[in-house]
Amino acid sequence: MPLLKVIAAAVLLTASPGILAAQDSTEELEALYWARQKEAMSRYTPADVEFMVGMISHHAQALIMSRLAPENGASRAVEVLAARIINAQNDEISIMQTWLSDRGEAVPLVHIEGLNLMIHMKDGQASEHQGHQHGGHGAHHMPGMLTQAQLEELAAARGAAFDRLFLQYMIQHHKGAVTMVEDLFAQDGAAQDEAAYKLASSIHVDQITEIARMQQMLSDMDL
Amino acid sequence: MRTTVCLALLFAFCAVPTTAQSLDDPRVGLGAGLFDAEEAIWNLSKLSTTLPPEAFVGVTNSDLAFKDKYAIQGNYNGVLIWDISDPATPVLVKDYLCPASQSDVSVYEHLLFVSGEGFGGRLDCGTEGVEEQVSADRLRGIRIFDISDITSPEYVANVQTCRGSHTHSLLKDPEDDENVYVYVSGSAPVRPAEELPGCSDLAPDEDPESALFRIEVIKVPLGDPTQAAIVSSPRIFEDLVAAPSHGMSPADIREVEAARAAGAFIIVHQGQSIVLPDQYVGHFMGQWMAQEGREGDPTAADSADFREALTDMQTMMAGPDADGGDEEDDGPAPGPTQCHDITLYPEIGLAGGACEGYGLLLDIRDPINPYRLDAVADSNFSYWHSATFNNDGSKILFTDEWGGGGGPKCRADDPMEWGANALFNLEEDGTMAFRSYFKLPAPQTSQENCVAHNGSLIPVPGRDLFVQSWYQGGISVMDWTDIDAPKEIAYHDRGPVSAEQMQMGGSWSVYWYNGLIVSSEIARGLDIFRLEPSAHLTANEILASNTVVLDHLNAQGQPMYRWPSTFYLAHAYLDQLERGGSLTATAVVEARAALYQANASEGNDRLQMLNHVATLADTSQDTDKAALLKETLNALAQ
Repeated sequence: MPLLKVIAAAVLLTASPGILAAQDSTEELEALYWARQKEAMSRYTPADVEFMVGMISHHAQALIMSRLAPENGASRAVEVLAARIINAQNDEISIMQTWLSDRGEAVPLVHIEGLNLMIHMKDGQASEHQGHQHGGHGAHHMPGMLTQAQLEELAAARGAAFDRLFLQYMIQHHKGAVTMVEDLFAQDGAAQDEAAYKLASSIHVDQITEIARMQQMLSDMDL
Repeated sequence: MRTTVCLALLFAFCAVPTTAQSLDDPRVGLGAGLFDAEEAIWNLSKLSTTLPPEAFVGVTNSDLAFKDKYAIQGNYNGVLIWDISDPATPVLVKDYLCPASQSDVSVYEHLLFVSGEGFGGRLDCGTEGVEEQVSADRLRGIRIFDISDITSPEYVANVQTCRGSHTHSLLKDPEDDENVYVYVSGSAPVRPAEELPGCSDLAPDEDPESALFRIEVIKVPLGDPTQAAIVSSPRIFEDLVAAPSHGMSPADIREVEAARAAGAFIIVHQGQSIVLPDQYVGHFMGQWMAQEGREGDPTAADSADFREALTDMQTMMAGPDADGGDEEDDGPAPGPTQCHDITLYPEIGLAGGACEGYGLLLDIRDPINPYRLDAVADSNFSYWHSATFNNDGSKILFTDEWGGGGGPKCRADDPMEWGANALFNLEEDGTMAFRSYFKLPAPQTSQENCVAHNGSLIPVPGRDLFVQSWYQGGISVMDWTDIDAPKEIAYHDRGPVSAEQMQMGGSWSVYWYNGLIVSSEIARGLDIFRLEPSAHLTANEILASNTVVLDHLNAQGQPMYRWPSTFYLAHAYLDQLERGGSLTATAVVEARAALYQANASEGNDRLQMLNHVATLADTSQDTDKAALLKETLNALAQ
């Protein structure tokens, strides 16, 4: 990525070491702070963008699944888990949208109606996958995504059956997200941007942790 | 799927998530700004805020370590070394440009250790990053510097690790003066074997050398740090597949008892009492009736017998399912593959490991072979981040860095049990017993990343005080002397970095060091505070805490605080007896006057006065505290 090299060189130039006293006025340092935030925003690759765009849809499906819990007679355990997933992934969607929009990239806007997920790109491009339309905006490329039939199966389940299916499908879904992070990290130049690295790493560890918790909950169901 | 399933699931729910923050807190509504945000402060005074130097501004400030009169501040661009002997005007004595995240730092004697985890860290400290996924230039692991001359660190060695080093902990074995040990915590994915031979992220049963499910222990010869190398990879998570649970809080127990009194069906599962939800009662009862051969609608007698049978029922139901209704392979056995932080407390031979979904208690008396004593999990905890013991090792607190520190998890509607501290007693049998949660009580905005983060004990004698970072929630001092009712006794907070959008900032870590409260502010630099006397903390208690003098401090290497016997100490204990209400007001006044007189006199006069105070202390019902005071008086009499 030649782009990266140019930007790294620019950062190197402005980040001259060896200044021992903060003689600069606060205003100058503040200007430098915001300039550097802006600079940092150009240090990314198409793989980072693809990851953010994909993960927004991926997270959105987790919201659809989790929102079923209260209505479908989930146990308290699964309901709390679902509430936490909603809180966490909602926040992450918003962080990813901000990341994209800060960098002038098209931003996927998420609309959820029942089991249907609609993604509209903020720059006018639109893509939808709803009802029985599988695929759409790369959904079928994303690991761990549920098919519409699986979503409907989950939506039809009640009580303990819902709990079990929710855990199985959410484990599958989380594993997909973990794979997406690992795929991102396996690409040259990807996740060099601090914000992207931090977000992707957090998704990675949080979801691995949650997978372990869900596996434990599942195996407890077999007692 | 069998019908017995819901039973076990219920065990995980103790506390119902609640929100209990105060909207009239002065920290609500502070104006935004990078270097000019509005501030709120309570029972602290701020001595200085020092902006980062030019090469480091706009780049994340991370953790702190201390040596002599210096504070060493990690930054994603390298390391900053501050002389804080005049805390009102810290002087930067060295800025060492050597990028890597997170640049968490530790010191031991003449050595400085720095963590590198991100992909951009270079062996040669270059700022250009590393683009290629596999590269011989990349550093992920531990950098070692010789700081014999602290103003001129010399980069002497690296130890590369498979997952890099997110953080690390330094362990000095009291039995071994030749070496120091570094426990590496790395939570990032495993790097390719092409970059670092031997690295594998296969499950341990597929590859015994897997970098998962283990920590790494580096041995560093103090005489020749270039020989530093990994000496063991203890699998402290082995067999961690049972469902440890942190047990019920007293509030949960009250809830269950209330439900029992109201006629609810209670099941005991894995040592915990669970209220059987109504929707399951009918189901289980029907099943039980069928097995018992009872017919028709349940009678009152059936119901009473069912209640009796509930405990056995669990065993009964486990039977038919025991050989597994679940044929599906859901992947590797559950359990953490790494720790985020390990806090070592060598003087009591224990470590607290915050490891993904678990809090672990480790025996570290053999530094190369730590092993697990106990583990706890908590359905309210998302990601176990770090641990801190109280000074006498009878309690441990764990923090939950829910959302990884980049999310605004202190909003008014975020539950108070999520992204909080969980407080445990360490029982005599080596297990941890959950008591309560504590979370920053002031709600923050959506523009402020906020969750429980790093802190340290403040050495106020006779009490457990913890000063802690909450990112843009600011810093907060928690009193957890009464572990069932932790409360805040001081704070400092700024408005968000930006009013428009979330911009990473806030206190990364804050530690007590020789009378100062030093905070590493992600965006704003270095803040230094001092405790101020208040109804919650007297001047004597602060003066007594300042008699503790450390020659160095690493956040994850907890020192045991010891107080020299001083009149400050005696006054501090006396103040605590007064606060506790176990001495009469007259006795307090008399004892205080006698202490002042003793301090001003010598020989027999002094002895008499000290004896008088001891006699007054004996009238207190708080015999433990009175004993501490008398111990101090005895030492003063020598």
